[in-house]
Amino acid sequence: MKFTLSWLKDHLETSATLDEILYALTDLGHEVEEVENPEDKLGAFRICRVIEAVQHPNADRLRVCRVATWPNGPEGAMEEVQVVCGAPNARTGLVGVFAPTGTHVPGTGVDLKPGNIRGVDSNGMLCSERELELSDDHNGIIDLPEDAPVGVRFIDYRGVNDPMIYVKITPNRPDGLGVRGLARDLAARGLGTLKALDIPQIEAKFAAPIKVVIADELKAKGCPVFAGRVIRGVKNGPSPDWLAARLKAIGLRPISTLVDITNYFTFGLNRPLHVFDMAKVRGDLRIHPAQGGEELLALDGKTYALHPGMMVISDDQGPESLAGIMGGELSGCSDATTDVFLESAFWDPITIATTGRALRINSDARYRFERGVDPAFTLPGLDLATAMVIDLCGGEPSDLVIDGAVPDTARSYPFDPARVVSLVGMEIAEADQRATLAALGFTLTGDQAAPPSWRPDVQGAADLVEEVARVASLTKLVGKPMTRALPGVPKPILTPLQQREKAARRQIAALGYNECVTYSFIDQTAAALFGGGTDAVRVDNPISSEMTHLRPDLLPGLLRAAARNQARGFMDLALFEVGPVFAGGEPGEQALQATGLLIGAAAPRDPYGSRRPVDVFDAKADAEAVLAALGAPAKVQVSRKVAGWWHPGRSGVIGLGPNVLAAFGEVHPRVLAALDVKGPAVAFTVQVANVPMPKAKTPTKPALAISDLQAVERDFAFVVDMGVEALTLVNAAQGSDKALIESVRVFDQFTGEKAEAQMGAGKKSIAFTVRLQPQDKTLTEKDIEAVSAKIVEKVSKATGGTLRG
Amino acid sequence: MDLSELRGKYIEAVAKAADEAALEEVRLAALGKKGEISALMATLGKMDPEARKAAGAQLNVLKDEIDVALRARKAGLADAALDARLKSEWLDVTLPGRPRRMGSIHPVSQVMDELTAIFADMGFSVAEGPQVESDWYNFDALNIPPEHPARQEHDTFFMHRAKGDNRPPHVLRTHTSPVQIRAMLAQGAPIRVIAPGRVYRMDMDQTHTPMFHQVEGMAIDRDISMANLKWVLEEFCRAFFEVDKVELRFRASHFPFTEPSAEVDIRYSNVGGQLKIGEGDKWMEILGSGMMHPKVLAAGGIDPDKWQGFAFGMGIDRIAMLKYGIPDLRAFFDADLRWLRHYGFSPLDMPDLPGGLSR
Repeated sequence: MKFTLSWLKDHLETSATLDEILYALTDLGHEVEEVENPEDKLGAFRICRVIEAVQHPNADRLRVCRVATWPNGPEGAMEEVQVVCGAPNARTGLVGVFAPTGTHVPGTGVDLKPGNIRGVDSNGMLCSERELELSDDHNGIIDLPEDAPVGVRFIDYRGVNDPMIYVKITPNRPDGLGVRGLARDLAARGLGTLKALDIPQIEAKFAAPIKVVIADELKAKGCPVFAGRVIRGVKNGPSPDWLAARLKAIGLRPISTLVDITNYFTFGLNRPLHVFDMAKVRGDLRIHPAQGGEELLALDGKTYALHPGMMVISDDQGPESLAGIMGGELSGCSDATTDVFLESAFWDPITIATTGRALRINSDARYRFERGVDPAFTLPGLDLATAMVIDLCGGEPSDLVIDGAVPDTARSYPFDPARVVSLVGMEIAEADQRATLAALGFTLTGDQAAPPSWRPDVQGAADLVEEVARVASLTKLVGKPMTRALPGVPKPILTPLQQREKAARRQIAALGYNECVTYSFIDQTAAALFGGGTDAVRVDNPISSEMTHLRPDLLPGLLRAAARNQARGFMDLALFEVGPVFAGGEPGEQALQATGLLIGAAAPRDPYGSRRPVDVFDAKADAEAVLAALGAPAKVQVSRKVAGWWHPGRSGVIGLGPNVLAAFGEVHPRVLAALDVKGPAVAFTVQVANVPMPKAKTPTKPALAISDLQAVERDFAFVVDMGVEALTLVNAAQGSDKALIESVRVFDQFTGEKAEAQMGAGKKSIAFTVRLQPQDKTLTEKDIEAVSAKIVEKVSKATGGTLRG
Repeated sequence: MDLSELRGKYIEAVAKAADEAALEEVRLAALGKKGEISALMATLGKMDPEARKAAGAQLNVLKDEIDVALRARKAGLADAALDARLKSEWLDVTLPGRPRRMGSIHPVSQVMDELTAIFADMGFSVAEGPQVESDWYNFDALNIPPEHPARQEHDTFFMHRAKGDNRPPHVLRTHTSPVQIRAMLAQGAPIRVIAPGRVYRMDMDQTHTPMFHQVEGMAIDRDISMANLKWVLEEFCRAFFEVDKVELRFRASHFPFTEPSAEVDIRYSNVGGQLKIGEGDKWMEILGSGMMHPKVLAAGGIDPDKWQGFAFGMGIDRIAMLKYGIPDLRAFFDADLRWLRHYGFSPLDMPDLPGGLSR
């Protein structure tokens, strides 16, 4: 909402300074976004007189001027200044505009300094309109009439001294979309008094040759009242300067007096109006829902196809105006207009918003009607505007034509001064509270407060509190301690899952990964590679083609991040993210994942040969470390039931029965190629919520069982078929003597051509060490041989392999 | 028996032995089974008792003497050998250590942990909610009815609706406020929670990203006032920005879910691009807040005639940028390794109140 200071002062009698007004506006909830004060830019430019202009001794096209200036205004002393000027119209006796040294000239961006031009001193400048950014005129310096008041600031003389103020109006305050509403707020704050608004009596000179009819279904909801008046014999044309200047100051283009008057009411009084050229209207005006398919050429020059149910104003020719949103081009006013129909109506906010949104029209009228204009001002506004049309354009008014009735918005709410104190925590005397509400237009009767018709936002007692607090100023609020709900040491507040999220994050970072936060939505190609990308997770109005679908997994986002880093020359990466993934588009179809991605080499090149490509066992180790940090049981199953984006032979799933805790492995080469990532790339994904919670939470650890007896380690190597998995051997060995065998650990694997040459085609060897921990007596050689034989037997049976000789 | 010559001979031989092998030869020659002293010992048997006693004692003294000399020489040789070995075992210790990867925590995660630490101390717990929300939780329950202009100002992302599914489309939550409703419905009053998390708005330019992070705060009790809200926020800002004092200014505003509503500005200075919170003469808007609207309390199943409370919402990325001097929001989500390393935190930098929030 833009307005000017003088416009505000039409409604507010005040002696407050601009700064006081700006502060109060922001403090009242109308945040000042921008102020353009011409004084800041052009305040130093004053009207001067050239005493004498003579030819410059050393330059044909320059003149040396003795200029009479009044640096302290017309009341102050005259000061003579010498200025060298190149303008063709610089002459003796010229009344022009002077800028002293030290002035910033906005049109050229130059700060004036004392100068010497071809041997002659020059102090200051005689200016053109372009140098003041007032027009593009640069044919010569400003040439004012003889009687222009010397010493006066040029902006005052030209009437362009009005500061423009731009405030952000919150959507609950439609009254703030008119200058008068803001004036009322400032008056309530004590910054002056609201001037009275006198509504003229319009005396009808003739009977209107037109009727207006609201369709019955719209009277109930849509258009409760539609009124207007014909004014005949008007003379349309450019607006008077003061009106054009005001509209220009707030960024509107003056069009013609009739149209400018409607805009003036829109911004001044939050009362949008419309004018029809009577010469172009055929028959009566009907306000009715569109059938659908009708077309209307609107005032913005675009043709809109109407949807069924949209409110339109039609005459016998068809739609002439999009009700409450934008008028039609065909029935619009022009300089040739002599008879005009001036419309003032009240439109239902929701209906206007729906239509405006569907047609994508943003007009000042729609903006106001969908927030709510003052219904009670429909007819007074029409009268005021009628008077202004007659005043500026001449003509005579018809009687009032009207259909429907102004809706009754009268209501009241209990007003409890104690509640203000309790909710806000600020002591405000009851009398002050009542005075505030009265100044805002509320009617107070006993303990009831009735909001004024221009405040549709006030819908309950809590709104009364807001009004009082806002006007009293929340800046004065003093903080008041709020003690803890319970005394003593606070209890932990994170849920187990929240703790786990934190543990997973810190653990993965401790393993050397850099945490990323990537977008929750990704492109469809990437999503589809990871089992997502369906319509269920599609964003209907994505902001870019790279953010169309909710991510089914964290890996695609991390892989894309990796590709970006590779493009910057970083080839060895350890990235991770802990965050939500989406299985579907319903609330709650969301799970927490912790995913790490390793790319390139495990270490940079160094003198010790540490560098090697990352591999699946790096990812597996990290997955296990994370699971351990989350408290997953030590005994888990590893299966190969991996999803399609993993390398089928080099990946696995860590689970407990059907419950998947984590997946790890190489990323499928096809996925890498599709996402432009250079491999090798290995990753792990932990499903944080799937890790079972401990059954009973106790800080007590189980007793430590250690034996004083010597443990014994024995190594075994088996020749097995290529496809036999190490875990099968380990489990078989472990099962041979559960009491005695403390652990079984694989320490070697021998595969490849050499191995097959030694052990036969399709064979490999796996070696493991078994640690035996006796509990009651030291092991004898015989004991060890017995358990060894059992291990050989069990493993052979489980794998079909043989002990390697 | 005169053994001085013998002593002289062997002591000299011990001293001259150049290595362990030579020393062993000397030992064998003197003390070995067939050694010279052993041979002399063997002659003792043929002596008369008096002479045997005297000669025996002399021989034992000599034997011990040579033995001590042998041991001393042996230790000396070993030391020399070690010295020689150490001299050859020189490494260039200016070479780099074995590489070790250093991980990092993202500033958003770090700041969330900081928030949690501060608000936990003031008795707030952490609530969560889904990021795909029904329009009821995201709007209606928060007193933003379907045609309210505020809905349009939210730049909402809508989820696709299958044909035939006539429910209003779900949205990507535009703020963390729907968690207020979920927390009230789950816990009732009194309640104090914060709800940090991702939120989404259709906005992308120099200073906006379509996803960012907010933290919601809510406290409901019998007599909680806006003055309490101001105190809580002052305490939070003082602790979070790690300064001795902060000054907040409440400015009337409008949010559909609070009444009265206030935008909150914080005092700061900007000298040469260096922002300092708590001093100077500039004000910066950092959050929106207010007393919870009776309709919102009712939507959360709490009787607005018996309970009252405050709520606030604040941008996490924004306060992270302010505190840690991070210039560009968009870089938060770009995962540029250089950025992650520079602005990230050590995994062991766990924010807590006793140890301070930042190192």
